[in-house]
Amino acid sequence: MVRKVILMGFTLGSSLLFIFQLINLQLFKSDYSERSLNNAVQKRPIYPNRGLIYDRNGTLWVANKPVYDLMVVPENLNTFDTLELSSNLKITKAELVQQIKNAARFSKKLPSVILRQLSMEEVALLQEKMWKFPGFYFQKKSTRDYILPIGANVLGYTSETNRNEIRTKTDYDLGEMIGRQGIEKTYEKTLRGKKGVQLFQKDRFNRIIGPYEEGAFDVLPEEAEDITLTLDAVLQGYGEALMVNKRGGIVALEPESGEVLALITAPSYNPNVLIGRERSKFFKALVQDTITKPLFDRSLQAEYSPGSPFKTLNALIGLQEKIITPETLFSCNQGHYYARGAFMKCHCSVGTKSNVIKGIYNSCNSFFAKTYARLIASKPSPAEGVDLWRKHLEKFGLGDYLGYDLPIGKQGFIPDSKYYNRWYKEGGWGPSTIVSNAIGQGEILTTPIQMANFTATIANRGFFKKPHFKKAPLEKSLDSLYPKNQTLIDTEHFETVIEGMHQVVERGTARIARIKGIEVCGKTGTVENFIRLNNEKTQLTDHSIFVAFAPKENPKIAIAVFIENGYWGGRWAAPIASLMIEKYLKGTVERRWLEKRMLEGSLLAEYEKPLSGIPFTINE
Amino acid sequence: MNNSTLFRLDWVSLIIYFLLIGFGLTNIYSTSFTEVSFSLFDWSYPAGKQFWIFCFSLSFFPLILYLNSHFFEHLAAVFYTISILSLLGLFLFGQKISGATSWYILGGVSLQPAEFAKICTALYVASSLSSIQMDIKKRASLVKIIFIVLLPMLLIILQPDAGSALVFTAIFFVLLREGLDLRTLYVGLGLISVFILSLLFDPISLSIALLILVVLVYRIILYSFPKTKKRPFLLTLCLATIFSFSVDFIFNSVFEQRHRDRFNVILGLETDAKGIGYNINQSKIAIGSGGLIGKGFLNGTQTKGGFVPEQHTDYIFTTIGEEWGFLGSCGLIILFTCLILRILYRAEKHTQPFPRIFSYCFASMLFVHFFINIGMTLGLVPTVGIPLPFISYGGTNLLAFSIMLFIYLNLDVNRLS
Repeated sequence: MVRKVILMGFTLGSSLLFIFQLINLQLFKSDYSERSLNNAVQKRPIYPNRGLIYDRNGTLWVANKPVYDLMVVPENLNTFDTLELSSNLKITKAELVQQIKNAARFSKKLPSVILRQLSMEEVALLQEKMWKFPGFYFQKKSTRDYILPIGANVLGYTSETNRNEIRTKTDYDLGEMIGRQGIEKTYEKTLRGKKGVQLFQKDRFNRIIGPYEEGAFDVLPEEAEDITLTLDAVLQGYGEALMVNKRGGIVALEPESGEVLALITAPSYNPNVLIGRERSKFFKALVQDTITKPLFDRSLQAEYSPGSPFKTLNALIGLQEKIITPETLFSCNQGHYYARGAFMKCHCSVGTKSNVIKGIYNSCNSFFAKTYARLIASKPSPAEGVDLWRKHLEKFGLGDYLGYDLPIGKQGFIPDSKYYNRWYKEGGWGPSTIVSNAIGQGEILTTPIQMANFTATIANRGFFKKPHFKKAPLEKSLDSLYPKNQTLIDTEHFETVIEGMHQVVERGTARIARIKGIEVCGKTGTVENFIRLNNEKTQLTDHSIFVAFAPKENPKIAIAVFIENGYWGGRWAAPIASLMIEKYLKGTVERRWLEKRMLEGSLLAEYEKPLSGIPFTINE
Repeated sequence: MNNSTLFRLDWVSLIIYFLLIGFGLTNIYSTSFTEVSFSLFDWSYPAGKQFWIFCFSLSFFPLILYLNSHFFEHLAAVFYTISILSLLGLFLFGQKISGATSWYILGGVSLQPAEFAKICTALYVASSLSSIQMDIKKRASLVKIIFIVLLPMLLIILQPDAGSALVFTAIFFVLLREGLDLRTLYVGLGLISVFILSLLFDPISLSIALLILVVLVYRIILYSFPKTKKRPFLLTLCLATIFSFSVDFIFNSVFEQRHRDRFNVILGLETDAKGIGYNINQSKIAIGSGGLIGKGFLNGTQTKGGFVPEQHTDYIFTTIGEEWGFLGSCGLIILFTCLILRILYRAEKHTQPFPRIFSYCFASMLFVHFFINIGMTLGLVPTVGIPLPFISYGGTNLLAFSIMLFIYLNLDVNRLS
């Protein structure tokens, strides 16, 4: 009996064993289906064209253009003239041979890149010879095309993702274009769009043998959005031209909206050098230039002492805290003693008596030193005085990153009582210790954009809106997106200070900034600065500063100009600011002689001085 | 053939046969499907070729069914001789295809005589065992039968085609049915277990484990049956230990690396998914990715990509697993099981030894193919290249197994009751 069922038993046993294994493989180990997909399906991303960038007037600024990667499938290679190809590609024969070897090592059947990002012109030359080089072909890609070669510091740049990055940015493919800096980085998501995917069926050699499931699972890319900037391309270009052969920054804002009209740093670079196959060479050169630092955005990142323009703020605080009235007079004898044996120099002649307006347009150090000292002393302790002062300044956006939509920036610095308590013994400091703050020297640090911002605040008579670079969409009210940041100072005090600033241009230190038909308000600054040279504190030529807004009533532009080592504010900064204002408000510049002087003027000799190694004189 | 023949025909087996063929053709079509669909009647594609061979095989159906049953019994020796000669002839006229001289190529048609040797050996074993002088319990008879089986096996091994040769071991089940000492089964199973265990563990620790086991078993048996002798236990222990060591020796010194690899992959001693384990890994991925209901006809990504080698022949089950999922694979296994059980069930009804033994031979050969082929694709059995009857692409195999089925049907119809 047993004999009759042996084989039946084996058959049934095997079937059960197989079904058990099938349950195990097909119903429980779900990762098999994923492994199968990875195995047999190739996902090929479809990238939407990167969003275009326009300026505030709708001028196309950044577009895309095709570039071509030279690809090779080693399996399809035939004998060809390596010398001819390499000379056409402008690489050495050895490089070409090495690249082909690398490709063959990677895969004989799959395409590899031989040379990246050839321009359309280069490809056009090669295209008709390609029949001589079987196995090679061009793969089209897209890269940025900077129609206007300006604004590199605002636009930023793009480049291809590398192997390290895609580990954390899982949404990106290797070699996909990604915004690295500036607008390209901030609005990466908008500009990038949403990539689609096309699925292909692979065979066991990883070769594509057709679309997967007739494309049923393909995802179409979502078009990227274009961006309209608040910048005025004409003004930006004009500013960059004015800054040739100078170092520094210009920030122009529309006071009412907080829109940035121009953001210039000098020296900068042509954004078109950071695309194409020469990119890494140029990028390296830019990074390695540690003397002029072209990648360092001076308008956002450089922290300077604000100098005399800061006096306007101290005047406002003094008026608000009733330390002075518009009628208060302080005398100045080419300066004054602010403490025993401590004399602060001023360029006022002996016996000058100034009220606040005169103090501003003559930039009287003594007036503001006295106001500041009284302000600090007006509270029971200097600590409370300093903190009150700081509270006011914070409302002007100082000591703050401001929150604008570019990825870089600096905070600047406004000292508070804790800071002084740390430096000096507690109680070991008083109004006279910190009197440099009165004239914008001392410990205060501001960036050019902060200076433009406080100028805009004055122009607005008491509020500012967060500076921004992307035009707000029309359907959204500006106030909801960018609420007013109100200062603690009453409007009437602004009128006093603005009158002072108007007089600066009319009869004060910046008469050169006067523009026919436009009431310009401004304030010059001349800032002492030092570097460490051969381990010695060495004074360099003063920085030339000018902040301004115009017109006086209903201002349309607020601007801060900072020219490193340009000597007094009226020499470089004020003319440049004035030209910018004229250009923006009138469209053309009538003062050709001034424009010519600024365009052609160079400070390179000044910048050479500390590097030359020979003794030099400053402020000449 | 008359009405009563049709009435008495084993329709169950025949229907299962048609179902299997149909399913097989579907899956062969899928493995060779690329982008353009092609006709099933196109000879230049595997599926088309298989279809025409199926039609050719069917033409044998009336012929074989019409023959007198005694024809097979009486001419078994002749068939056997012819098949041995055809195997011998391979050494002179055979064509070498992928390393084995297993093929005759006549005017574009390739034939694999080993497949026909299966039928002939089954017939001859059946006729020999059913002769009146034969008694399997006698040594002389047993030796004769073993010789009948070993001769074609040896010739096939020399081709070399170990896979096909392995099928002849199916006769072991027939001998067991016909009265071979059952202890051979136990010893056989014991040897296989020790073989696998020796590969998994080193022989010394295995011997120690065996010693402990044998002592324990002996103690327990001694407790119930105090008169049990010690000797058989000692003998078993010694033999097992010697076997274990010799397996170790044979495996490491006699086997070639490729043989070792096959065992190592199955036993999980090596996990090299790209190298030696590639086939089995891809096979498991294909089957596993099918899930419950599969990816659907022509939608298998593994199948389309050709990741599984030999997919239309030996690895056809992977396509079924991938495109038809758990339900399809289970269905196939159940169909096969039913066919084998059906044949065995009908075999037992015969009063005459020849038809019973032949049917048994047929069933056991089917079983060995089924067990090794599906076991291999599921990663349970070392890689042995033999097809899945009625399903895999392969003309001679389809023809041979169809003929065997028709002979079985003939014998079944003409049963003396």
